[in-house]
Parts: sequence; C-alpha cells; structure tokens
Amino acid sequence: MINENEILETMEMFSNQHLDIRTITMGISLMDCAASSVEESCNKIYDKICRYAGRLVEVGDEISRKYNIPIIHKRISVTPVSIVAAACGATDYTPFAKALDKAAVDCGVNFIGGFSALVHKGYTNSDKNLIESIPEALASTEFVCSSVNLASSRTGINMDAVRDMGRIIKATADRTADTGALGCAKLVVFANAPEDNPFMAGAFLGPGEPECVINVGISGPGVVKHALEKVRGEDLGVVAETIKKAAFKITRVGELVANEASDRLGVPFGIIDLSLAPTPAVGDSVARLLEEFGLEECGTWGTTAALAMLNDAVKKGGIMASSSVGGLSGAFIPVSEDEGMIAAAMSGGLKLEKLEAMTCVCSVGLDMIAVPGDTTAETISGIIADEMALGTFNNKTTAVRIIPVPGKGVGETVEFGGLLGTAPIMEVNKKSCADFINRGGRIPAPIHSFKN
Amino acid sequence: MNDEKNTAVITVLGQDRVGIIAGVANLLAEYDINIINISQTIMDDLFTMIMLVELRDIKIEESDLSERLKTLGDDLGVKITIQHTGLFNAMHRI
Repeated sequence: MINENEILETMEMFSNQHLDIRTITMGISLMDCAASSVEESCNKIYDKICRYAGRLVEVGDEISRKYNIPIIHKRISVTPVSIVAAACGATDYTPFAKALDKAAVDCGVNFIGGFSALVHKGYTNSDKNLIESIPEALASTEFVCSSVNLASSRTGINMDAVRDMGRIIKATADRTADTGALGCAKLVVFANAPEDNPFMAGAFLGPGEPECVINVGISGPGVVKHALEKVRGEDLGVVAETIKKAAFKITRVGELVANEASDRLGVPFGIIDLSLAPTPAVGDSVARLLEEFGLEECGTWGTTAALAMLNDAVKKGGIMASSSVGGLSGAFIPVSEDEGMIAAAMSGGLKLEKLEAMTCVCSVGLDMIAVPGDTTAETISGIIADEMALGTFNNKTTAVRIIPVPGKGVGETVEFGGLLGTAPIMEVNKKSCADFINRGGRIPAPIHSFKN
Repeated sequence: MNDEKNTAVITVLGQDRVGIIAGVANLLAEYDINIINISQTIMDDLFTMIMLVELRDIKIEESDLSERLKTLGDDLGVKITIQHTGLFNAMHRI
C-alpha cells in the first residue's frame, strides 16, 4: 500500500531535487576479439560491441518512460584494450580507439571506456604500446575514455608508470590544446581501480568480470541535501540517519532500473554504484550538500569530517537497499562538474591540498582539476604519486584526473561544456619533485598489519 | 492503494480549474484503461490528484500513453505524470 505522501515525495525528488539514474553502463568482454592483425581485431571489436549494445539506448529510454525517471547516460565499458591488442603485432593502438569510437557512435552511447591498461605491478609490451598511444587516441576520437591502474594495496605503486603518466597527461593536453585540453578530461589514473565501475572516465570491464553485464550508477546529491534541510540544527546522529534513509531510496531506484534493463536486454545485472555524482546544475552539488552540514564554504575546516560521514552514511543506506553494491560507491568531488566546488575554488577557499585531504575519505580522488599549463610533467607525476599513496596505503580506490591547460594560468577558467562543466585553474606548489619522480622503480606494497 | 503488479500511478499537479478529472478520465477511457482508485485534494492552492490505473490489456503503448498525458497536461495547464507502481514499491518498502 503506497500512500499519497510517498507518491508526492517521489515526484518531488525527480522534479525538483535532480534525482536521476546517472548511467546504465553495459560491460562487454573483448577477450575473444584478439587477432594477429590490427584490422581483424578492430573489426571483431566493432562487430561485437554493436551486437551486444545495439539496443542499449532504446531499452534505457523505454525504462525511463515507464517509471518517468531520467536516465542521463547510456554507456559501454570494455576489457582493457592493452589485453585485447597484445597479439596484434602493431605498436600504435590508435586504430583500436577509433574502432571503439565508431561503435559508440553507432550504438548511440555518449562514452565508451576501456582504452585502458593495468600496470600496478609492471608493464607488458602491450601496456607500454597502449600508454604511448593515449595522446593520439584521445585526440582523434570523441567518445573514448582511457584509464590506467598504477597502484594497488597488494602490489604497491609502479613509479615508472607514475612518471610516464605525468608525461602522457602533458602530451594529451598539448594534443588537445584547441579544446582546452579536453583529452585530459577523458583520462584517469587509479590506485585499486574497481573492475565493475560504471562511471566515466574510469570505466572498464575487468578480467574477472563476465561476458556481458549491466552496471548502474545512481546519483542524487540534491535529494540528500533536501533531506538534510529538514533536520537543520539537529545533532549529527540524526544527520547520519537522514542520509541513510535518502541513500536507501535512491539505491532502490537504481536496483529497479538495473533489474529491468537486465531483463529486457537478456544480460545479467552486475552492480549498483552508489555514488553521489554531482553535475554543474544548481541543486545537484556535493559541495552544497557538505555546506548544509553547517560549513560556510566547502573547503573550510570540518569539510573532511563532514565528507567522511556523508560517504559512510551513503554506503550504509545503500548496502541495506541492495545486495549488489559495487563500483566506486561514495561521494564524487570533481571540481569542474560541481557548481559549489567551482564557486569554492574560485573564491580561493578550496585548495588542491584540501581536496587531497578530502580524497582520503571519499571516492574517488583529485577529479577534474585544472592546473596551469606550465605545470611540469614531474609535478603532475608527483601529484599522482601522492594520490596513489593515499589509495594504496589506506586500502581504497583513489584516482587523478588532472588537466594542465596549455596557455592558461591561475585565475583563469576553462570551459568544457555539458556535464564536464567549467574548471577554475588551481594553484600548484611549484617546488620540484623531479628527482624523486625520476628515480622510478616501485614503492613496495604496504604492510597489512600493525595499522596505526 | 492497491499495488497490483501491472498498475501505474498518475499524478496531476497544478492550478485548479474545471474539467481536469474529466479530461484525464476521458483520455483513459479512450484506451480502455481502468481506474482503480482516485484521490484528490487542494494543498496550498495546488490541485493534487493521484490516480491508480490498471495497465493490463490497454489499447496503447505505455510510452505513447505517457506522451498523450503530457500533452493533455499542457492543454489543461497542469503537470501530469504517469509512473509504474513498481517504482514506489521499490523506494518506499523494505
């Protein structure tokens, strides 16, 4: 029995509080698309993706109409291309990115993730080829996203790869300078990358995943903020309870959509990713949600504590609602994609160092951060190394998606448009870490006992 | 309200005027859609109607019905939404 208040509350969530399903992402294994020539492999990849995901967008739209729920993105993630391409004999993997791009266009999805490599312990020749191909691949495609896993809690941090990715990020920025280094917005490096993440730019289908799977990413910072507005002045125990209840409801919507999509497409349902993913729209901001805790501006003292509690309460509510929670599951703090974060960064109150502290307690990491174009490759590697250490040593996923915008400096902004938003260029500590980065090698895995 | 499997909730929100219920009911009758329950109130001057309807054996595609109701809402100056009952059960029941 549903009562009127519940119906009206639901209406309100969708109409005024920006509740939506952020993405239905179909994971497709490309393991059987390896071939001894680039052309043959690319043809197999294109054909397989179109065969599996041909109806994805149509089905997403049908579900959206049935429940009157906005489903913002339909996307595809695939097996890391460095694995699939290993046998092709070529060193330039750009044709693989182009095949993925063409499949994305023909399936009508707005991103395809998996131009990826997993190098947390070391490089294969194919991993090296893939990484060197990233700048050209991202410059010559529109919808392809790339990710590289550089570290894990079991293996430590591959510092050779950290060094190389600083250089690759700079090269990607230069190759896409005419679009404000947009290529870097589609490139993310990870520690402890989840294999079932539906969110871009980091989505890929890990080697332990099934042939084809539906993963769903939910959102809803606006819903949680609205719930908190009703308990202003109450103690933090009440706040935690309120967040859990809101997260429960949001997750249930995700599970409903995931099950329905799985049935209609005849593909197993994998996971729900419980992330609070902001958009640049007013009322859909994680920063504003944190401010609702009682902070004058996101980034001030207390922000990390509030974020830690938010992230934890979202997980607790969501895990009660679904037994299939996976992916990143937490609160995202991408600067350019969050209206409140943009405002706090522009006012100078939110700095890179504070964001780094915040990434210790949330998913995922330093995300959509624009820095001056003259930031060196070694400094970018240094920022990555610190973030990898936070993930590796604290047993969590962390990531860096950083954009050194050519020709721009602190105080300027770069406009990416759409959900990628607007990024204020943030100040970076300029003292050199080059000698540290250029040492290379591996930071050994942390001890998993004696935790203090 | 009844939460049978193939049912949907139609909500109408907006300024009260003559003919809202008649408009919605006529449209539903046109496609053989049975109304199971209706409740209507005025909250803060806002006309609020919630209707539970049966979707079995109806003579229109569900997605087309959603479009027709939306257009009708535009004509009547109110917001009409149809959502499958499964959504409310998922969100509000453990």
